[in-house]
Amino acid sequence: MPKRTIIPFGPQHPVLPEPIHLDLAIRDEKVVEAIPSLGFIHRGLELLVDKKDFNDMAFVAERICGICSFIHGQGYCQGIEEIMNVQIPDRAKYLRTIWAELSRIHSHILWLGLAADAAGFESLFMHSWRVREKILDIFEETTGGRVIFGVNKVGGVKKNIENDVLERIVRTLKDMEAEFKPLANVFIDDYSIKHRFSNVGMLSKEDAYKLGAVGPVLRGSGVSIDMRKIGYAAYKELNFEPIVENSCDCYARTIVRVREVYQSVDLIKQAVDKIPEGPTDQKVTGFPNGEFFSRLEQPRGEVVYYMRGNGTKNLDRYRVRTPTFANIAPLVKMLEGCDLADVPVIILTIDPCISCTER
Amino acid sequence: MIEKQETVVIASQDELLKKVAEMSSSGFRLVLISCTKLNHFQIDYTFDKNYEFKNLRFYVPVEKPEMKSISSVFMSAFTYENEIHDLFGIEVHGLNINYGGKFYRINIKAPFSTLKKTVTSAAVEEGKK
Repeated sequence: MPKRTIIPFGPQHPVLPEPIHLDLAIRDEKVVEAIPSLGFIHRGLELLVDKKDFNDMAFVAERICGICSFIHGQGYCQGIEEIMNVQIPDRAKYLRTIWAELSRIHSHILWLGLAADAAGFESLFMHSWRVREKILDIFEETTGGRVIFGVNKVGGVKKNIENDVLERIVRTLKDMEAEFKPLANVFIDDYSIKHRFSNVGMLSKEDAYKLGAVGPVLRGSGVSIDMRKIGYAAYKELNFEPIVENSCDCYARTIVRVREVYQSVDLIKQAVDKIPEGPTDQKVTGFPNGEFFSRLEQPRGEVVYYMRGNGTKNLDRYRVRTPTFANIAPLVKMLEGCDLADVPVIILTIDPCISCTER
Repeated sequence: MIEKQETVVIASQDELLKKVAEMSSSGFRLVLISCTKLNHFQIDYTFDKNYEFKNLRFYVPVEKPEMKSISSVFMSAFTYENEIHDLFGIEVHGLNINYGGKFYRINIKAPFSTLKKTVTSAAVEEGKK
């Protein structure tokens, strides 16, 4: 039997924008075991509830991650609103939905660019990120920020988007869709992308479910679970079904993200058609007293926030379970038996966000 | 209310393991294990099946911070349980992958939750001088 060797992978690696470490046990270039380690950039943001007012924590929540910042803020505010039994105005629900779907589009296109880069397809990477700029411009126009938006508050949202601006956003998305389509076709049909991603990083439907995979990793293994179906924000009034692919490999996870870009554009169109007039926030008085598990669908998958208030301005506990954290155990499974050269691509296809994980 | 959330408090570790095994056999997936430090440690095991939310709650006394691992039933529990050990100092018995306090690979010694107290008392001592 070939000798077992341990190869350290990360925390610094060309394919990883953020630090995660894996000890890879290999025999004959095949990975037999992968042991992950975290903590290199652990920030302890959850503990800030001891010091920050529950209203100010919405800004801390946004800073957990620079890509899904809006949804982190939304999840936090949504949880506090549930504890305090606050009904936010319908327009605020729709605006949150629109910003969340814009976040999903920009996150997925960002990831597609990174995947192209990892496969050595630099022009595809640059074109993907060029298309993504249009979404960042929409964020800048509607919130004033391109990374951190600061529009979520307990009780609604701080900024309105006028109806004429919403219609312009839909037109911009239509243009973006037209520009994205040729790129998406490359991800779907190109021989080298298919060759690099197909039959690599296999995760069966049963393993994906049992190991607690979330988001495109779970749906790429044929499991139809999408937290938007529980109907938070305006999702219960929108028509959509989870995007599912059945080939259980890196290619399936890529295609789920490609198709979700189109789905998000459609959801924004539906939301703009249905958004009601009215206020965008509601005054909230008192302090949260109670607990709630707030669950949302981020671009990377299901995120869970546990919040427990004690009737004072500071919460007892703010716990965040990010999608990347949930996808670590499935990643370990995917890496078992793979070629050493496939490890970077497999890690990339869970779309690891270490900032989130090291909240 | 966005969704109905049911929390069941479990009295003993053995009953907890039995309930967790029941959740697994009835097709629930593990969503989260969470620890909250109050006068005791509140451990929440959260599960989901077809968007149905169920939470099992178990209390660990601060004087004897020990609990049994559920990683033999849900393999993915090892990440949550190692994290709970590193952050809160609860000894988890029967872990399938035990990092021995080094799940977070940093120089600060686990558990981190005692760090705040240590730093504060050290600062107070420093101030007295």
